[in-house]
Amino acid sequence: MFGLFGRKRSKDHVKERLKLVLSYDRAKLSPGRMEQLKQELMGVIVKYFPAAESDYDVKLEQSGDRMVFTANLPLRQADA
Amino acid sequence: MNARAIVVTSGKGGVGKTTTTANVGAALARQGEKVCVIDTDVGLRNLDVVMGLEGRVVFDLIDVFEGRCRLRQALVKDKRVDTLHLLPASQTNDKSALSEDRMKETVRRLTEEEGFDRVLIDSPAGIESGFQTAASAADGALVVVNPEVSSVRDADRIIGLLEAREISDVRLVVNRIRPEMVKRGDMLEVEDVLEILGVKLIGIVPEDERILVSTNVGSPAALDESTRNGAGGAFRDIAKRVRGEDVPYAQLQVQGGLLTGLRRLFGGG
Repeated sequence: MFGLFGRKRSKDHVKERLKLVLSYDRAKLSPGRMEQLKQELMGVIVKYFPAAESDYDVKLEQSGDRMVFTANLPLRQADA
Repeated sequence: MNARAIVVTSGKGGVGKTTTTANVGAALARQGEKVCVIDTDVGLRNLDVVMGLEGRVVFDLIDVFEGRCRLRQALVKDKRVDTLHLLPASQTNDKSALSEDRMKETVRRLTEEEGFDRVLIDSPAGIESGFQTAASAADGALVVVNPEVSSVRDADRIIGLLEAREISDVRLVVNRIRPEMVKRGDMLEVEDVLEILGVKLIGIVPEDERILVSTNVGSPAALDESTRNGAGGAFRDIAKRVRGEDVPYAQLQVQGGLLTGLRRLFGGG
């Protein structure tokens, strides 16, 4: 992942960026719409899990030949 | 590849579609196939000059579509390989004459009536009607991609559109690889491009200044058998793989690398 002097090689940058942008392209969803989706989902989720953390992670990923939408939602320990 | 009508496409412009069409077409013909290369970039005709056949164009694809000439009259026979033929695009911008039905009919007649073994269709850049017309008659595709961000993104889009057309025989040509940049981690490797796009490889073509020289004089580099390495040889290998031969991938050479340096030191090549 890192070159001789710990510098991240530019090809690692471009590979990551491509994977991300293609996941949005393939799902026909812009990154801005994804952020909206995340906010709206949050509104629903806190109704059921008041302890849900607001900075949860959502992403689109290629899995075989289909796109998978994942939301990783940690709950605070005290309420779990 | 089982496909007899192969569209050469990329989405992005300037990545080497026309060069690939000319070179793979010429190499296939040299290897014994009867080949027709079709330029579908209506209004921006270029396959003729790249192949050095511009002086012999009389009729074009749109003339065929509109019935202004017979199909055989529009075919330009190559000077070097007599099984190679070009069906040129028109240079006037009459895109309205493009038609998927006419394209399919033209390709059908080339393979069924005129005895062509293989038809290579050089698609225009973009994803609009020109590309759609070019793809409509194809049962296979060569997707040309450069190892850089915009080309890979556009290739992904094109691959999606080819799938939507149920063209299943889709193969990737990674063009203009610069081994010294790959080596220092500043260019995507072929494996990275394959992983991202999820399509089968058919060729790796190094950046090679002899391609510009060959287009300057209008003679496809693949026909110059004296050069074994470089882009010309890579295009000949692609043609063999299209024909179903199992050709190993040539090791890309880093110019000015250790080996070259040592050879120079000891007075060798």
